[in-house]
Amino acid sequence: MSAPSASARARRGERAAERRLAFWLLVPALAALGLVVAYPVASAVYRSFFDDPIGAEPSFVGLANYAQALIGHDREEFYAALSNTVFFTAVSVVLETLIGLGMALVMHRAFRGRGIVRAAVLLPWALPTAVSAVMWGWMLQPDGIVNALTGAEVVWGGGEWPAKWSIVFAEVWKTAPFVAILILAGLQTIPPHLYEAAAMDGASAWRRFTSITLPLAKPALVVAVLFRTLDALRMYDLPQILTGGANDTATLSMLVVQAATGELKQGYGGALSTITFLFVFGCAFLLIRTLGANVFRPAEGASR
Amino acid sequence: MTATAPARAPRRSAARRRLPGWEKWVIGAGIVLLVLYCLAPFYWMFVSSLKGPAEITTDRLWPEDPTLVNYRGVFGGANDFGYAVRNSVVIAVSTTVLAMAIATASSYALARLRFRGRNLLLALVLACSMFPGVAIVTPLYRLFSDWRWIDEYQAMVVPNISFALPLAIFVLTTFFREMPWELEEAARVDGCGPVGAFARVILPLAAPGVATTSLLVFFAAWNEYLISSVVSITLASTPVTVALAKFAGDTEFQQPFGSQMAAGVVVTLPLVVLVLLFQRRIVQGLSAGSHR
Repeated sequence: MSAPSASARARRGERAAERRLAFWLLVPALAALGLVVAYPVASAVYRSFFDDPIGAEPSFVGLANYAQALIGHDREEFYAALSNTVFFTAVSVVLETLIGLGMALVMHRAFRGRGIVRAAVLLPWALPTAVSAVMWGWMLQPDGIVNALTGAEVVWGGGEWPAKWSIVFAEVWKTAPFVAILILAGLQTIPPHLYEAAAMDGASAWRRFTSITLPLAKPALVVAVLFRTLDALRMYDLPQILTGGANDTATLSMLVVQAATGELKQGYGGALSTITFLFVFGCAFLLIRTLGANVFRPAEGASR
Repeated sequence: MTATAPARAPRRSAARRRLPGWEKWVIGAGIVLLVLYCLAPFYWMFVSSLKGPAEITTDRLWPEDPTLVNYRGVFGGANDFGYAVRNSVVIAVSTTVLAMAIATASSYALARLRFRGRNLLLALVLACSMFPGVAIVTPLYRLFSDWRWIDEYQAMVVPNISFALPLAIFVLTTFFREMPWELEEAARVDGCGPVGAFARVILPLAAPGVATTSLLVFFAAWNEYLISSVVSITLASTPVTVALAKFAGDTEFQQPFGSQMAAGVVVTLPLVVLVLLFQRRIVQGLSAGSHR
């Protein structure tokens, strides 16, 4: 304090050194993300404005590739994939959230066997989707265990709706436990004295659930729904391995891969992938707006 | 349990006493259902893997005549699953080590250092996790073809690192923010360099967070399918997920379910061990983003 200008200069120097250090610490992460996310995305967008001639240089066609998917001769395929994606996402996220909430409530009240329950819940989450898809493909064979146990005679891979529901089942089975873990974390932040006070005031179990549990667990619920929706909208592994897109079960992601790597139409594939990520971003934006999710809250609390 | 040790767990016993009889039954039934829901498919996969070709199509709930023939089919013949396991181990371990090194550096900067645009940067990194993997697979394939990376480990390790970074940086930054940085400053006053102070004081304290994050990264790398299915071609680089999905049967038209289930068990086994060992950690890591 006795030499304010000197100490101010020292502080400025320290700040500059800190900025330099931060820069060098961040470079590897930014380089990796630039190489694998930013460059390919930019290149796919750029390529989407060019056509796909065989054995010639691609030429600029403006928005023709987008028109081909949205209003042109591939529109039926595109809208089928779009509606499949929306169907899979909406149905499985709703089911996952309900089942996950039920699981979380049970886990929250369980005093015996917590370790076993926790391990059991983690296993479907940890299982690779590829393995899960193969496993469900086996269980949903016409003479498989699911039909045998339920007494049903559904040919799961043989029709549009059985095939769609088999994807939903496999997806919900694997992800409901993940939702349960996120919601349980929210439930555990609710102070128990609230329930004691409410019980003393004569609130019924249902009333306690709707007035205390739901509102206080809402942030966790919102984050779970947001994570799951974004994941489900990009669903690829499961339908690709389980049905291969047969019986009208192709998702947007499958369409992109099919066009770009299967048919080698990089321009059209680029347009499809651009539409897909704009769609996912739009959904994320809408969800954050309507649910009031504050996903970046830890970032904003930076200064503690 | 609680009756014998009421002093040690007063809150637990109080909560337990509050449960009316019917509620106890509901919770108990719920737990049984939950465990069945999660584990029954695993059980069926395991049981099916032990059934021979004559028995596999029966719905018997346990193998009458357990056999390892499916496992022999997995590791022998055209499948050679041992290579796939080796590839997955190499890919997942190198992804975890490199991604953690990169993420630790970035998270230190984001949590500890003062510079402009730090929150924007964290949001940007998080936004990277929103991009659909399919949007980048084709340009990446062309890029890696130019670099002659196709069918090489790095064609999967580098994308895996980038996919892991957003979550790893987010979780680690959250952990680092809660570190007692005064201790680091004290170490620096005592003559430690910045790196030494970080390595000797902060890293040991952050070890649980680093371990948790490593587990999440390892799981994600072990389970990756999309990119691998495009950039791996031969046994030299194909990981387990891709190998499993394109398993060959005895004939072209018969899906080799017995071998697929056996391979599924092989792929799942290390994950089961990790989950049993680190369940508490993993749950912490998964919920780190949701309730802070």
